[in-house]
Amino acid sequence: MLHASTRGLVSSVKMFSAGALALGLLAAQPASAVEIEYWQYVFESRVHAMDELIKEFEAENPDITVKQVTFPYADYQTRVVAAKAAGNGPDVVQLFYGWLDNFVAGGLVQPLSKEKFPAADIEKDFFPIVSAMKRGEDYYGLPTAVRSMALFYNKNLFKDAGLDPNKPPQTLDEMVKAAKATTKQDSAGNFQTVGMALDIARQDHNWWREILIRQFGGEPYSADGTKVTYNSDGGRKALEFYTGLQSGEKVGQEGFMDEGQAAFRAGLAAMVIDGTFRLASFNTISGFEWGVTELPAAPDGTRSNYASYFANAIGGTAEGEKLEAAEKFLAFISSEKAMKVWLEKGGELPARKSIALSEENLAHPVYGPFIRGLTYAHTTLFVDEAAQRQITIDMVNSVLLQGQPVTDALSAAAAKEQQLLDKRKAN
Amino acid sequence: MSLNRTAAGAGQKPRAWDRLSISTKQIVWAWTFLAVPMLFFTVVRFYPTAEAFYLSLTDWDFLRPASFIGLENYKMLLSDPVFWQVFRNTFAYLLIGTPISIVLSFVIAYYLDRIEFGHGFIRALYFLPFLTTAAAMAWVWRWFYQPPPIGVINSLLGAFGIPAQPFLRSVDQGLPAIMVTAIWAGLGFQIIIFLAGLRAIPATYHEAARVDGLGEFAILRKITLPLLKPTTVFLVVFSSIGFLRIFDQVYNMTSNDPGGPLNTTKPLVLMIYQTAFSSYQMGYAAAQTVVLFLILFAISMGQLWILRSR
Repeated sequence: MLHASTRGLVSSVKMFSAGALALGLLAAQPASAVEIEYWQYVFESRVHAMDELIKEFEAENPDITVKQVTFPYADYQTRVVAAKAAGNGPDVVQLFYGWLDNFVAGGLVQPLSKEKFPAADIEKDFFPIVSAMKRGEDYYGLPTAVRSMALFYNKNLFKDAGLDPNKPPQTLDEMVKAAKATTKQDSAGNFQTVGMALDIARQDHNWWREILIRQFGGEPYSADGTKVTYNSDGGRKALEFYTGLQSGEKVGQEGFMDEGQAAFRAGLAAMVIDGTFRLASFNTISGFEWGVTELPAAPDGTRSNYASYFANAIGGTAEGEKLEAAEKFLAFISSEKAMKVWLEKGGELPARKSIALSEENLAHPVYGPFIRGLTYAHTTLFVDEAAQRQITIDMVNSVLLQGQPVTDALSAAAAKEQQLLDKRKAN
Repeated sequence: MSLNRTAAGAGQKPRAWDRLSISTKQIVWAWTFLAVPMLFFTVVRFYPTAEAFYLSLTDWDFLRPASFIGLENYKMLLSDPVFWQVFRNTFAYLLIGTPISIVLSFVIAYYLDRIEFGHGFIRALYFLPFLTTAAAMAWVWRWFYQPPPIGVINSLLGAFGIPAQPFLRSVDQGLPAIMVTAIWAGLGFQIIIFLAGLRAIPATYHEAARVDGLGEFAILRKITLPLLKPTTVFLVVFSSIGFLRIFDQVYNMTSNDPGGPLNTTKPLVLMIYQTAFSSYQMGYAAAQTVVLFLILFAISMGQLWILRSR
């Protein structure tokens, strides 16, 4: 009796635990569970912001789990390519807009579905620079955040020089005047403080290419990005203006304090042109007060800006339910909600106009100038960012260090860059 | 009993291994052990080397499958003005850097050998830079070379009323400025090797020469230098290869504009690195690597030949 009932109990416990196990498995892995991988390079604030977004996304979509995978920036592209070759690439992948041609050619990303991401909506909602993700009729990715440039200035140095620290220069002329007033040299003629931190290797090459050339009446490239068009009057005047800051006006010097941003951080440069991505670093400055203002306008009022971004795209190998999940995730991280999180956590500007151009943001003392810049910003269709930047660096160096005439340096650079464009476009 | 059985068993079924003579067994063992490094070298060194030769004949760009384009990369290389500039730079590092570093380290070792007081301490001071990471050292020197107000060297020059020099930001001074760093970095090692070479010369030779009335200079020229020849040849080969492969110092001292203003400090290895990992032109980079390999090969062979003809 006892024996029999014990046996019965044991068997019912067994049955029960088997049932619970089955139930547990079901709960942990619903019939349609999908795991997708999201790849980006290591940039701490972005990784944290993405963790946050993934948590929210998974709460909304309990049947999808997202695994975030990160690599150091230097290895990032190589890893994506290697993973594709090995057949286990990411489902959603972050890429710099300038890499798109290479990524498309290598089959690393696939075009977005026209039903789920209608081009008309993208063009209505996002800043126009999103067009750099379009090839033919297809969009290949969407940005969450965008970056633009502005003029940072040191309020303390402005005050010391008798300038109003709340009235930063609004035009190029005013900028040069302020730079002259704030420049300090010792008796031997060495700079103690520069008015303008000049750094062609960092943001100044973008300033020259997309802003100054246009402000002096030129165009850097043809509309389709296949022809170099800066070997013109506008290009020459822009280069004369830029190199003149060192050689004529003597308000700055390439290589002063090694890097322009370092000179500004150290309080030894009154102004520097830099991007949103520098805010995290400049926010830690405690020695002086700084302000930020829109890039100065040309005498005729022309303004321009250079904007760039990292976009998220769908991996070339995603298909079936993974593709579906990837599309959901991409839509989520490109949503207004995600952009708010991104701005709060990462301090990066939203890529959707509705969020970016809120009154609060436009009036924001720091974000405002960058966001206003976005409305008239341009994006360079780079084929090889490093090589094109190098051509501009060499052009400026041949004028400043070798005394080459501006016209010669300009036409040499234009020829070299055209050759590079032709070679890359032919591939 | 059991011994007999074993012998009988062996007689019935002789194993191939047991029939080998001891010397053959030793050879087999030797090859078994050698097979490990040989396999390693084949997989890790020779196979990739052969692959690099093949890649140099393709247009592989990392993303698309490589297609064979013959000697196109080499033609492009020969007509690339940057390559010739880089070629000149590389040989400038070699032809100026090697003799200066050899002479300097010999002079220091020669005099260091003669002092007793503080010998170990001074030797350690010279050796210290060799132990330091090249990248860290390069950044310190980069700071030394800065323009005023932070550059140490320019501050010193300023104290003597000498105008500030652009150093790394100059098309003329950049390469020598980097070379000084590279020479300084390798000096400690060369001094140690020279010291060992000097100590290996029997003191009796010098004593005999002095008894015979030879002057110090004659002793140096007739006895010390000839007996130091193996050490010198080794250091020349070692230092030449080092200068031909210079990268860390240049890359870290000029990372704003890698290879210095207008490529004036760029060595071949940096060009290869940029072509491969910033422009992703793997085929073209492989062709440059083959050229570097041939240069290194020719120079090493030449120097080995000098060593053998001794």
